Amino acid sequence: MLRMIAARLKTTIPSVIGVIIVTFLLTRVLPGDTAAYFAGPAASNEAIAQIRSELGLDQPLPVQFVSYVMALVKGDLGTSLTTGQPVTADLAQRLPASGELTLFGLLLSMAIALPLGVLAAVKQGSWIDHLCRIVATAGVSLPVFFTGLLLVYVFYFILGWAPAPLGRIDVFFSEPPRVTGFVLIDSLIARDLDTFRAAFTQILLPALTLAIFSLAPITRMTRASMLAVLGADFVRTARASGLSGGKVIGTYAFRNAMLPVVTTLGMVFSFLLGANVLVEKVFAWPGVGSYAVEALLASDYAPIQGFVLTMAILYVALNLMIDILYGVIDPRVRLEG
Amino acid sequence: MNDMSQPPVAADGAQPLRFEAPPSTSLIAHARHIVAENPVTGFAFALFALILLAAVFGPWIVPYDPLASNTSVALHGPSAAHWFGTDQLGRDIFSRVIVATRLDFSIAVASVALVFLLGGLAGVMAGFFGGWVDTVVGRIADTIMAFPLFVLAMGIVAALGNTVTNIVIATAIINFPLYARVARAEANVRRDAGFVQAARLSGNSEWRLLLTQIVPNIMPIMAVQMSLTMGYAILNAAGLSFIGLGVRPPTPEWGIMVAEGASFIVSGEWWVAFFPGLALMTAVFCFNLLGDGVRDLVDPQRRN
Amino acid sequence: MSSPPLLDIRNLTVEFATRRGTVQAVKAIDVSVGKGQTVAIVGESGSGKSVTSYAVVRILDRAGKVAEGSISFSGVDLVAASEAQMRDLRGREISMIFQNPRAALNPIRKVGKQIEDVLLQHVQATRATAREKAIEALEKVKIARPQERYDAYPFELSGGMCQRVVIALALACQPQLLIADEPTTGLDVTTQKAVMDLIVELTRERGMSTILITHDLGLAAAYCDKVVVMEKGRVVETADAKEIFRNPQHPYTRKLMKATPRVGSSLTDLLPDDQPKRSAPAKTAAALATASEPPLLIVENLVKEYPRPVTGSFLAKLIGKGEPEKPAFRAVDGIGFTVRRGETLGLVGESGCGKSTTSMMVNRLLDPTSGRIVFDGQDIGAIPARQFATSAFRRRIQMVFQDPTDSLNPRFTAERAIVDPILRMGKIRGRDALRARCEELAQLVGLPIELIDRFPHQLSGGQKARVGIARAIALDPDLVILDEPTAALDVSVQAVVLNLLEELKQRLGMSYIFVSHDLNVVRLLCDRVIVMKTGQIVEQGTAEEVLGAPRAEYTKELLNAIPHPPL
Repeated sequence: MLRMIAARLKTTIPSVIGVIIVTFLLTRVLPGDTAAYFAGPAASNEAIAQIRSELGLDQPLPVQFVSYVMALVKGDLGTSLTTGQPVTADLAQRLPASGELTLFGLLLSMAIALPLGVLAAVKQGSWIDHLCRIVATAGVSLPVFFTGLLLVYVFYFILGWAPAPLGRIDVFFSEPPRVTGFVLIDSLIARDLDTFRAAFTQILLPALTLAIFSLAPITRMTRASMLAVLGADFVRTARASGLSGGKVIGTYAFRNAMLPVVTTLGMVFSFLLGANVLVEKVFAWPGVGSYAVEALLASDYAPIQGFVLTMAILYVALNLMIDILYGVIDPRVRLEG
Repeated sequence: MNDMSQPPVAADGAQPLRFEAPPSTSLIAHARHIVAENPVTGFAFALFALILLAAVFGPWIVPYDPLASNTSVALHGPSAAHWFGTDQLGRDIFSRVIVATRLDFSIAVASVALVFLLGGLAGVMAGFFGGWVDTVVGRIADTIMAFPLFVLAMGIVAALGNTVTNIVIATAIINFPLYARVARAEANVRRDAGFVQAARLSGNSEWRLLLTQIVPNIMPIMAVQMSLTMGYAILNAAGLSFIGLGVRPPTPEWGIMVAEGASFIVSGEWWVAFFPGLALMTAVFCFNLLGDGVRDLVDPQRRN
Repeated sequence: MSSPPLLDIRNLTVEFATRRGTVQAVKAIDVSVGKGQTVAIVGESGSGKSVTSYAVVRILDRAGKVAEGSISFSGVDLVAASEAQMRDLRGREISMIFQNPRAALNPIRKVGKQIEDVLLQHVQATRATAREKAIEALEKVKIARPQERYDAYPFELSGGMCQRVVIALALACQPQLLIADEPTTGLDVTTQKAVMDLIVELTRERGMSTILITHDLGLAAAYCDKVVVMEKGRVVETADAKEIFRNPQHPYTRKLMKATPRVGSSLTDLLPDDQPKRSAPAKTAAALATASEPPLLIVENLVKEYPRPVTGSFLAKLIGKGEPEKPAFRAVDGIGFTVRRGETLGLVGESGCGKSTTSMMVNRLLDPTSGRIVFDGQDIGAIPARQFATSAFRRRIQMVFQDPTDSLNPRFTAERAIVDPILRMGKIRGRDALRARCEELAQLVGLPIELIDRFPHQLSGGQKARVGIARAIALDPDLVILDEPTAALDVSVQAVVLNLLEELKQRLGMSYIFVSHDLNVVRLLCDRVIVMKTGQIVEQGTAEEVLGAPRAEYTKELLNAIPHPPL
């Protein structure tokens, strides 16, 4: 098992190197003047020249690359022009908000998608199967920002059940002392149920938006792989040996069917981290996504670059975890890794 | 079911014994069969025709100038005069939605065509020749895949500059791994297939094998891939313009129109964002249905 | 058999709903199995033999249903039984084993656990005793070190070993009836014999009844008391195993029996009586006559190595200091042989013996690691495989592939496939001339000319095989490699194709290298035989010598493993 994890860790090294090279290239091989980008739209010529030498942009590319990597190692992603803070500090401050939203959305989505996909495959052709198909086709067609707006209109404007789409927590409540950075968990730690409730009502709509978005791929894959496994020879053997329906579907089919679903999770995370940006914009969620969007509008380049790099590293780490999870389920990978 | 799963073969000289209908000779007959069996696919084709119509003739068939503002009718709800209502500048939303079709559609088509050529070719060569070509293509695809795709597209457009062309390029780049991988896998399984080996024995050079034996056989799969990614390409482009990348106001484009309408949702003027969003959704929905339809048409065995 | 049969199938009809309406896969059949009896259901693909067995245990897929008839098992009506009743019977009273044992086991569950599942389901063990009983079941199927094997996953076991586990699983609850659906198809002959012997021994020991579903008449005859022959969903004949071979009644049974190669039969014997026989091809005397000429092909010391993956830590690999590498895997390990003009050389062995690798090197699709391949006086092994397509030798060495479906481009018509080599390397140009040559070739291989405009999916297996053969001989090659050319075909089609190949050889004066695992077929077609094992030649000589009076132990073992129908 440890050997497998070590082997997986090794495979992430090229990805990380690739990510660093690409983000470097994105900043340095621009058609325009990089220093002007970093200086912002209102900078004077002197300021641009100063930034150029500060960033070492007058050096040859390989030298620039080395200093870029050195800065990364020190956790230096530059300074945001809009907030005046180091980008690393800004991102660290805002990352928990995004993380909480994404994970909550994913959990919500899996809680619906897995049972739905399994039932649709087991009862192929039934109403639940048709429901599953509709969810799978309609879900991928919904622009995530549009779903968010519809939910706001219905649940905030018409029904008034949800609070205004303005951030993580209502202004009347103070944030609980920061332990994990996840408000839901921190408020429970502080035994502050009112704050928990307030935070919960705030996160419900954006998380639901993300859940609806990621429902389709997970449902579709669960159904398809469950169907494939139910038609496999070993399920036939299990049925021919008289195993009960629950045993056949649970122990035999479901665990095998989870393998492709776990692989799909990688893709789902890719979508979620992207969709997060849009959802944060719709709900004014104070995460890294809206930070990047604000920076985009202000042509403030360092935060965008830091955001892309952070998301990529995070995504590589998530994929690593998915790989390890896969190995836990599948002995073929575990024993040969 | 070993008797049923492989198409059984009858004694020599007889027609193959099949439990399924034998594949019909003509693609059109097959298409008709698919549409008859699955009316949803027929519906998708009809919808596609409508979208195409709006994309081609949009500017000539709309009732108002999509850019003309008229503050006297600002933020009016849907009515007989303005079917989809008007926005904060009094522009007719219906006209803007229809006219926007061309831009959104073109972005999707251009980026899919681009990635089909580049990704498909790279993938086929990687799968067929293996060796260093495979390594290089695989590395590129892996590196792109190491990013959350929408985030990478944001980074690319932000770096290359805020233009429609760069949206097309970014969308093509993030789809590259998908195309390269599918093409690679399909070429790879056929690399040593019996019919390719047989063609090798017939004296075909490797390049000729690639063009006459491999490529024609994976075209159907790539066609399915293209129709399935069209919807994603549109969503991606609209998402980018929603956060202010690429297309700029006042150009009518679905993503940007939803973004403009977003601030009116909380005050109840739902139509400003709703109709462009609906158009976007319908288009993507249509392409996804179409993709499933094309898959049935091309590869009846894969349907479930 | 005066006592009522254990299983009684009466007037059974099974229907499948398809896109073109319902299809009857099994039509009004009667089969009965007595206590302790072993019954074979024999038929070619599409005969409905497997569907019958699925109907008995009621595991037909969604589209299929029993339309008519009754199935009674020890007095229980299986058609009317509830699903709960059926579940109770399956595995406890009626068990099944399937083709492709590796796929029949859950890939991510320990094999011991899978046996336990069945034991626990049928209350044959408690949680406390399950492990012990599962190991006992593994022991009974003669798996060495059952304690360790309990913890193995299917991918860690060989195909034969997996089939033993499947048998252990099926017999764990001491059922009364075992249904074995092609239990040895895809296994090597020696493994096949071991598995069949084991099944018979275990079922006899327990007084069980067995239904053996197979396409192989020899297997049915060697192991069963009674044989039921099915064709296109109907039972055409039911008789005592000995009786049916001595005195087959139905024309289909006769045709099937004739088509099954066996000791003492000749090629033309395989064809049905009513089929016009072309000039009876006697085995090549020509080959012996030309013995003084230099051989067409000389293979010397041929080796193919595949490197093993480097082991060791990542860093060690990076600086090139992996653990001392194991010697490379030798798929072909220094073999040598010759092929004379007009001769057929058989290349025989079980899977993994290196026979296919050898044939791929000889036809220059694969580069050897070392050794010489001398064709007509020139070392063609020195020409890299990638460049061989443009060599003048390409047209002289051709091949017929194992799977006729896989070897035809689905987008080429039969004609396009046949003329492909002519277009690349031939001299014939012009549409009409090509068409004429194609028609000539089609005629030569017995492919009706009206079929040459069809695509592969519109042709039957036998027709596709003919297209493949026509393509191989289109340029009058000197040497044709036949890589198990009939392995994917039913026996009756095989009989026709084998005769065709022999006739073509005589007419066109070609030499063949015939790669096969089926010794009975090799006996019919080959002048000389090479037996391979783990990359080496264990025996070679004339077909009579090697197959009649084998010297090597391994050859004897192979020959003994073939099930022989009684004569």
